[in-house]
Amino acid sequence: MTEVNSMKIEFPSRSANEGFARATVACFAAQLDPTLDELGDIKTAVSEAVTNCIVHAYPDTLGRIRVRAKLLADNTIEIAVQDWGRGIADVEQARTPLYTTGGEERSGMGFTIMESFMDKLRVRSTPGKGTTVVMRRRISVRVRGA
Amino acid sequence: MRVEAAYAEGRLTLSLSGELDHHAAREIMREIEEQLELRLPGDCVLDLAGLTFMDSSGIAVLLKTYRRVCAFGGRLRAEHVRAQPLRVLRAAGIGRLIDVTAQS
Repeated sequence: MTEVNSMKIEFPSRSANEGFARATVACFAAQLDPTLDELGDIKTAVSEAVTNCIVHAYPDTLGRIRVRAKLLADNTIEIAVQDWGRGIADVEQARTPLYTTGGEERSGMGFTIMESFMDKLRVRSTPGKGTTVVMRRRISVRVRGA
Repeated sequence: MRVEAAYAEGRLTLSLSGELDHHAAREIMREIEEQLELRLPGDCVLDLAGLTFMDSSGIAVLLKTYRRVCAFGGRLRAEHVRAQPLRVLRAAGIGRLIDVTAQS
């Protein structure tokens, strides 16, 4: 699918950047003229992915997080969230609803929410090397003036 | 992110405003627990009219609040929930535990 536009941001794994990341991607996605619900879904999914990097990839250190987004010709946004942290040994287990290694402060619903709010979710991870989460969401085409 | 508390006749209303994510969650949970311990309310209402964003970190805050309130025999409900937090709560099936009412 032809790429129409793209962006990339990189920031340290400070929790204050969760809001920055989701707001930035939402701003970029606005070019596809999404509804408020669609924009909310994208913000939520980005927030989950970036929070995972901060909490799980770099639990005791500050590391880099890279967020890339592409707008494709079929009105789809593809978002990739990458870290170079601890990695996930068992991706299937990590994607199980309510599964968490984060204790009472985490709900274990991050991947479940990403999966239900996006059309496609792919997770690639190598323990000790890092994780990349790629997700896609097609934005409905609205008739102008309707 | 802010919490405002109001207490009257056994009912504690906690009004949350702003964006509830992992960054805000710990401080918000501390403020909620402080209020719960102070009042031990039979009836606890989370007024989410001002909550403009919430992710799964917010689910953990709600579940922890629910467990605390249940521990002293109280009831918890969430009111005036906006569209985005509502979608997150629904995806997590929170409605089975907590009475959730959408913003009209």
